[in-house]
Amino acid sequence: MPESEAPAVDGVVVEINGLEVIARKGELLIDAAERAGTYIPRFCYHERMKPVGMCRMCLVEVDSGRGPALQPSCMIECTPGMKVETESEITKKAQDGVLEFLLLNHPLDCPVCDKGGECPLQDQTMAYGPGESRMVEEKRHKEKPIPISELVLLDRERCILCDRCTRFAKDVAGDPLIHFIHRGNNTEVNTFPDEPFASYFSGNTVQICPVGALTASPYRFKARPWDLETTESTCQGCSVGCRISIDSSRDQVQRYSGVDIDPVNWGWLCDKGRFSSETVNAEGRLSEPLMRTAAGLAPARWSDALSAAAAALAAASPTSIAVIGGARLTNEDAYAWAKLAKGVLGTDNVDAQLADGLPVDAVLGLPCTTIDELCAPGGTVLLLGPDPKEELPVLFLRLRHAVENDRVTLLEISPRATGISSLARASLQPRPGETGELMRALTASSDTDREIAGVSADRINAARALLAAANGPVKVVLGRASLSESVSVTLDAATVLLGARPDTVFLPALRRANIHGALDMGLAPGMLPGRVTLDAGRNWFAECWPTVPAAPGLDTIGILEAAAAGNIDVLVLLGADPLADVPDAELAERGLAGARTIISVDTLLNASSLRADIVLAAAGFAEKAGTTTNLEGRVSALSQRVTPPGTARADWVLASELATRLGADLGFTTPNEILAEIGSVAPSHLGLSLDLLAGAPDGLLVPADLPEPIEELLEELAEELVDQTAADVSTDAASDGETAEGAESGEGGEEVDSTVLAEIELAESAAAQPSTVTFIPAAVVSAPPVDSYSFRLVATRKLYDQGTIVQSGNHLAGLAPGTSVRVSPYDFDRLGVAPGDTVSVRSPRTTLMMPIHADSGVSRGTAAVVLNQADYRVSELMNIADVVTELRIETTK
Amino acid sequence: MSTTEVPRIITSRFDYEDSFTLARYEATGGYQALRKALGMAPSAVADEVKSASLLGRGGAGFPAGVKWGLAPAEVWPRYLVVNGDESEPGTYKDRLLMELDPHQLIEGVLLACYAIGCGQAFLYVRGEMPLAQERIATALNDAYAAGYIGRNILGSDFSVDVVLSWGAGAYIVGEETALIESLEGNRGMPRLKPPYFPAAKGLYMQPTIVNNVETLSNLPWIVSNGGEAFAAFGAETSRGTRMFAVSGHVKTPGVFEVEYGVTTFRDLIFSPQYGGGIRNDNAIKAFIPGGASAPWFFEEHLDLPLEKVTVDRAGSMLGSGAIVVMDETTDAVKACLRLVRFFSRESCGKCTPCREGTTWLEKILQRILDGYGRPSDLALLMDVCDNISPGIAWPPKQTTICPLGPSAVSPIASAIERFRPEFDARITQAEQTRISVPVAFPKAVTHA
Repeated sequence: MPESEAPAVDGVVVEINGLEVIARKGELLIDAAERAGTYIPRFCYHERMKPVGMCRMCLVEVDSGRGPALQPSCMIECTPGMKVETESEITKKAQDGVLEFLLLNHPLDCPVCDKGGECPLQDQTMAYGPGESRMVEEKRHKEKPIPISELVLLDRERCILCDRCTRFAKDVAGDPLIHFIHRGNNTEVNTFPDEPFASYFSGNTVQICPVGALTASPYRFKARPWDLETTESTCQGCSVGCRISIDSSRDQVQRYSGVDIDPVNWGWLCDKGRFSSETVNAEGRLSEPLMRTAAGLAPARWSDALSAAAAALAAASPTSIAVIGGARLTNEDAYAWAKLAKGVLGTDNVDAQLADGLPVDAVLGLPCTTIDELCAPGGTVLLLGPDPKEELPVLFLRLRHAVENDRVTLLEISPRATGISSLARASLQPRPGETGELMRALTASSDTDREIAGVSADRINAARALLAAANGPVKVVLGRASLSESVSVTLDAATVLLGARPDTVFLPALRRANIHGALDMGLAPGMLPGRVTLDAGRNWFAECWPTVPAAPGLDTIGILEAAAAGNIDVLVLLGADPLADVPDAELAERGLAGARTIISVDTLLNASSLRADIVLAAAGFAEKAGTTTNLEGRVSALSQRVTPPGTARADWVLASELATRLGADLGFTTPNEILAEIGSVAPSHLGLSLDLLAGAPDGLLVPADLPEPIEELLEELAEELVDQTAADVSTDAASDGETAEGAESGEGGEEVDSTVLAEIELAESAAAQPSTVTFIPAAVVSAPPVDSYSFRLVATRKLYDQGTIVQSGNHLAGLAPGTSVRVSPYDFDRLGVAPGDTVSVRSPRTTLMMPIHADSGVSRGTAAVVLNQADYRVSELMNIADVVTELRIETTK
Repeated sequence: MSTTEVPRIITSRFDYEDSFTLARYEATGGYQALRKALGMAPSAVADEVKSASLLGRGGAGFPAGVKWGLAPAEVWPRYLVVNGDESEPGTYKDRLLMELDPHQLIEGVLLACYAIGCGQAFLYVRGEMPLAQERIATALNDAYAAGYIGRNILGSDFSVDVVLSWGAGAYIVGEETALIESLEGNRGMPRLKPPYFPAAKGLYMQPTIVNNVETLSNLPWIVSNGGEAFAAFGAETSRGTRMFAVSGHVKTPGVFEVEYGVTTFRDLIFSPQYGGGIRNDNAIKAFIPGGASAPWFFEEHLDLPLEKVTVDRAGSMLGSGAIVVMDETTDAVKACLRLVRFFSRESCGKCTPCREGTTWLEKILQRILDGYGRPSDLALLMDVCDNISPGIAWPPKQTTICPLGPSAVSPIASAIERFRPEFDARITQAEQTRISVPVAFPKAVTHA
């Protein structure tokens, strides 16, 4: 009998091909059979989507007591006593027949089909189908591939109408933009006229298509499956950390595919992540270092570039050195740079965030949660952060599934409507700057009778009731809903909620790929690796690092201000582009202009690195091994699949090289050695090791999944104890055969327990392990009084922008939508403008001439723009020192 | 000829020119059954229908009273859906009922709603029946105005809303789960049963009773005259009267209400008051006893009574009550193709065997007719049929969700079994002239 993981309780015994199988209650027959080792062929069934029973390939003979009959195994749940034949003559005849039917009109153009070689239709025809077709008539003909979006092409001749892509679009992504049209033999999948399949998740349909009907334009005709070499890794498109497989051929990355892991992405990817494969081979990838000459940046030798960088660093005092960035790095890279900056150079002016995130004590110190816990059935989720669809797309898919299928109540507080607003039970749009006040009303002991933060009393009271009715802790997705309001506003709201409901848990929604890993590794002012503050960890790190900074340093804003004031001699940009990303363009300009020497470590040139004096070419994703940490604190492995371009080197190598030139030795020569060092010195990561990671394909939650050092000690001691007791018992047994073993070992246990405690105390005092950072409750923020003549600015991000990942890919670059200033239809009418009219948008900083549009997702009195888009650099409008950005919008007529 | 003293139960108003008006309906006893029912307990109305042993007139012949009882108790809301998507070739009885006596149907709907406990009924009328739609819409408006439908009907605490919905031209929507999908605004594609038995999980996943137009049109008479009176007519297993649509090669095609289970096929086809005999007094070759999906009957079946069980046992069905007569001049291969083409065009496209299989059958038959048949084609036809409906048995087994695919198998099986020489002749004749199977070039295909 095949092994079954199902628990005996709640199990259903069914008979498959004469063997008893224990199925889970409510389990579909097709799944139960597969778990028991009997694969039933299928096309339409997909384990992450609702079954439709459409392709009829999974027909098997089922006898539920009324005689055997052919039934689709993807649609029937196992019932006790069910007898199933998956290999009977009748089953085989039916499968043969269905495959012949499917192939009747299939063009069999496998030799020129991307799917050929990894095609379920090919594979199952070989395994279950007839050897030849009996059809001599004309096949169906359709126009060969038609583009249904910028990224996906559809070949309707190859399509077998399994409903996978259409179900995905409707049920999983919530973008029902592709659909069956026509009827019967003329049925085809298509888009609505003039409505392309413009979904952020369209690439998934290509991956789940069981034939070559849907192909992705970036991968078309690039490789054949049998030429591909594959490695599993973790996507670095955002901080969700979707598991992917990287396919390469001829040492070139060809594509990424989603890998199904339960705790994170369920096999799905967003298009930005999936097609960021093009970034690896992008034109303009740096393959050698550059140094500034009279004629601008010019290729240089590594020894010259590194010596010049080291010389600049050596000449500067620790407080005049600053490092910005690090979210592009692996954990190992980040640790190496933290060790170089803080442990060798002695500067604490290090910040991986670009003033667009959250303070490190909020990211690492708030009670945290995981995606699975966030989406657990029946819970209550509060979005107090960015639009997940735009910034963390696969988190959006998980949340969407939780709301649609798992009775999760979603509340949203965002100054403008988001991609998830339609799923929220309550969607509140407070005036920028007044979220804290709104939160006070939401957590108050009684209903309010007045409008607060621009939200009506009714809406507040309805949301308050939902929060009050939350079953269990409220789970908050915490981040920056708008970058034009001060981060203190968000923190104020979080503090209020945590005060009112101390069991609240948070999922920090920072956007950049390994920002959590960078913060974990200490790339933040006042922090050291392992989530400890500089003060708490000073003694601990003094033992293993050459030096430790004397005092907490500056964050990105502080660094840029100091640089503008002429106080920064060397500014290192670790894959950072402050000119594009700091939500105060003027400050970024002044900062870069004021820094004496700028060293950029990057894979591609960007606006900021073009200002650098030295550019060190870094190896990027898929070109180096290491680990990454997602927004849950889940550490997973990154793999090298291809060699870096030219002589580009991993960031940790560059840190190591610079340290050597500064007369120090970072003490490691491979990423594995760095990981080992992290696992032995970073307080939150103690016990993390390569072996542990190798045994955890879904990644390891730090610190929850790490072995407790004290426990390890206890275990060791307990083993000793057992040995000792065994020895005692055996000696006792020798003297007295009737000794009660329980009592004996109990006594022995107590005796040794005191020894254990003593040893633990000793171990603890010796280690003096610093405790990890805690959240510092924020102060009350008061926004300036409302001025009815002005608009408050809401600045958000879109999935596709002018950032490196999107712009370096041929197929993604054109998808950045651009921006305009968007106001509510009411304000739009009041201004008396027409859609697309150019208006003057004036903030205290500057005036931009921008097109204007009405948008029902924007509240009265606010104006929404999108950051980092072409043509309009809206971050010029903002002053990071202000709580909110007030605008005047004037017509130019 | 035994069609004598049976009253016309549901076609009683057909002879009036204004049969469809409220005035005529009220003048001929209309809405009296509703008044009577409102004085009874809902369960008593249901019992009355049960005692009438009224079989569903849509095709499957399931007892209406029993069907009502299948809805799970105490689950609200529940809905009544009226299947007026009559589209089986040769079937046109419901159309006449809707066009000529819409109030009778509406009263039947109200009675059913009262008995089942529905507050909302959906009338789904086939899109190609504009006159029926117009008359039902007018009738509904009149009935609302007269207080027969709506809130507190006739002063009672019984309220019903009737929603009129139009089909969009799909035969498959006659299948009840596809009809429900269509009502919900989706493509008319059948749902798999289990788990979606409409009585338990139907429209909007609520308990839903789907009844045929003719079935419901019987209710006013049954409630007025009592179930016993209804059950007094007809054979033991097939009570009351029933409408049959006679078409094809008869002298006077039409819809006739006859006593159920007693009248024979011969009566219906040859009696002067019904079909009036075969055109030109030709000999009969075959006839379809119950709609296009029913296996064919032949001369030897003429004396069978129009009775459900007898016909089932003889290997076919009364189905939707459509009798299509073919005389001796009929080409069996062409007739076969004509029927198969209907099913292939009407396949919804959901299940592979039906979508691909019926089209292939059509292509093979067309090829045989075009003179390119091969000796192996008959075996191929039968094997393709077998892959759609394993065993080609009656009642059919199916590899599909709904019976549409297997429906295309019946005419082929019947025709090949009975008229094999005609197929053979086509093929042999073809073999003499055939050079090869033609393969057409694709029509101009433009590349993107």
